[in-house]
Amino acid sequence: MRAQTADRIATGFFYAGAGVVVLILAGLIGYILYHGASSIDWAFITSPPGGLAAGGGIGPQIFNSFYLLFLTMFITIPIGLLAGIYLAEFAKPGKVTEAIRLSIETLTSLPSIVVGLFGLLIFVNYTGWGYTLMSGALALTVINLPMMVRISEEAIRNVPMELREGSLALGATQWQTICKVVLPSAFLSIMTGIIITSGRVFGEAAALLFTAGMSSPPLNFTNLDITSPASPWNPFRPAETLAVHIWKVNSESLIPDVRRVADGSAAILILVVLFFNISARWLGRRIHNKLTGQ
Amino acid sequence: MGKTVETVVVLTKGIKPKKQRYQLGRRISFLCALLVIVLTLSIVVFITSKGLSTFLINNVSLKEFLFSTEWFPDRTLEEGGPRVGALTFIFGSVAVSMLAVLISAPLSFITAIFMVEIAPGWGQRLLQPCIELLSGIPSVVYGYIGLSVLVPFIREYLGGLGFSLLAGVMVLSVMIIPTIVSVSVDSLRSLPSHLKEAAYALGSTRWQTIRLILIPAAKTGLFTGVILGLARAFGEALAVQMVIGNTKQIPQSLLDQLTTLTSGITMDMGYTVVGSLWNNTLWSMATILLLMSFFFILLIRIIAKRGANC
Repeated sequence: MRAQTADRIATGFFYAGAGVVVLILAGLIGYILYHGASSIDWAFITSPPGGLAAGGGIGPQIFNSFYLLFLTMFITIPIGLLAGIYLAEFAKPGKVTEAIRLSIETLTSLPSIVVGLFGLLIFVNYTGWGYTLMSGALALTVINLPMMVRISEEAIRNVPMELREGSLALGATQWQTICKVVLPSAFLSIMTGIIITSGRVFGEAAALLFTAGMSSPPLNFTNLDITSPASPWNPFRPAETLAVHIWKVNSESLIPDVRRVADGSAAILILVVLFFNISARWLGRRIHNKLTGQ
Repeated sequence: MGKTVETVVVLTKGIKPKKQRYQLGRRISFLCALLVIVLTLSIVVFITSKGLSTFLINNVSLKEFLFSTEWFPDRTLEEGGPRVGALTFIFGSVAVSMLAVLISAPLSFITAIFMVEIAPGWGQRLLQPCIELLSGIPSVVYGYIGLSVLVPFIREYLGGLGFSLLAGVMVLSVMIIPTIVSVSVDSLRSLPSHLKEAAYALGSTRWQTIRLILIPAAKTGLFTGVILGLARAFGEALAVQMVIGNTKQIPQSLLDQLTTLTSGITMDMGYTVVGSLWNNTLWSMATILLLMSFFFILLIRIIAKRGANC
């Protein structure tokens, strides 16, 4: 075969391969949104699940997912940011830094079910809390932290050296420089990273089965007392998230309209993830424009 | 005299908080970084110590656990006593993740090369968001689509119950595309451009350049991508558990049901009593997952070192 013919055939293969990937994605998202569209209405996204009867909604699950995301980020962001600052600004090459990097790599590659089991051991049993939102948030923190550290370190490293030097030359201390000059300029990149990791946290289920639990108590949304078990804001109550709900209705639920509930839940989950993804892209483009001065 | 003391006090007051804040900030940020090490160590220590109790407290032999397929964790003594051979679980995990990589790796390489070499402009702009979205789709959604589309399809057209090794492999192979593609793209893009230019200057076609120059040069990165994909497939729990049927047997064909380490843990952790033999073996399975992810990291480091040497 002539080299040119082989080249043309190969090019065809590359187009086909890339086409397959695009088609798979379009098929997945199209399928979920198409089937979900018919099951989503206002009652579905606000009312609680039906127990044994058909017609239940996923209101508490949606709330739990967002609340859990908030709790997780509330813990992850400060710790991850500070650890990122340490690695970017203070860390000197050596055994400790090497150990930190190895730990980050290890944590990143741990299967989420293993982190979930660790959460069961420590945040559920050892603390004596039982299945709670807080245990779930801590388990998700373990999953999310390595990403957060990486993102902040990279964002801080990318801040131009001239900015730091300017600030130091004006007599600011290194810590002042970090807080008032470096962090504000890295803000948008860090924000982008936070949104991307939020999408992951929102869809995580395996780590939550044995930490936040697979059920929610009946919630009363007018109850603002955070110590009451019926209050949605109580972080020490069990909570089933949207992603866990999809798994649970499919594997052990007795409701007759499993398909409808699962389709709707999956569509909402995808829509939220899409929203996170698009806003991260939009922010990313803004950073790019800012840096290139357009 | 009194005045000098006052001045000194004012001066130190002026300087100290700044310095203190610097030291404080430095220390706190160091503690946060240390927390990452503490977390990693405690995960390893707690999971392995629970996992070892199968062998230390229940006196199960390591050989039985790793190489036997007899799984009767709750059999009474009259019937012959409990047996906890986890080979079916281990085999299931290995089979489903290896086969998934076998399908996913070629497709991902093709996509990565397409993005970097064939259509770096529009192809890149179209595929980059696609890959990001694929990696953003939650694993339960993959599992659910597998359950509602693939399983009925296999049952209808290929036979069997639909819940099968094949369904698990298909779901996983899509899930790990983004991992392999993004690592491969990075490694292809980091190749020095003179390699390509030299190949073209010698009259190579694009395919020859890709096949004979670019792929061999990016070998290390491509391998790393495959191993990361394998690691993700090996540790995935719910998406696989939803479509493989969870029958404790070694699958004889692609259409047979099977079980994996992760799905074994998912199914039984909530229903077994803490401290019982059955429960302990689940922790031992988690320990295997942990050791496997160490193994994958080690493999990546070895490959990176070799790649740097040659």
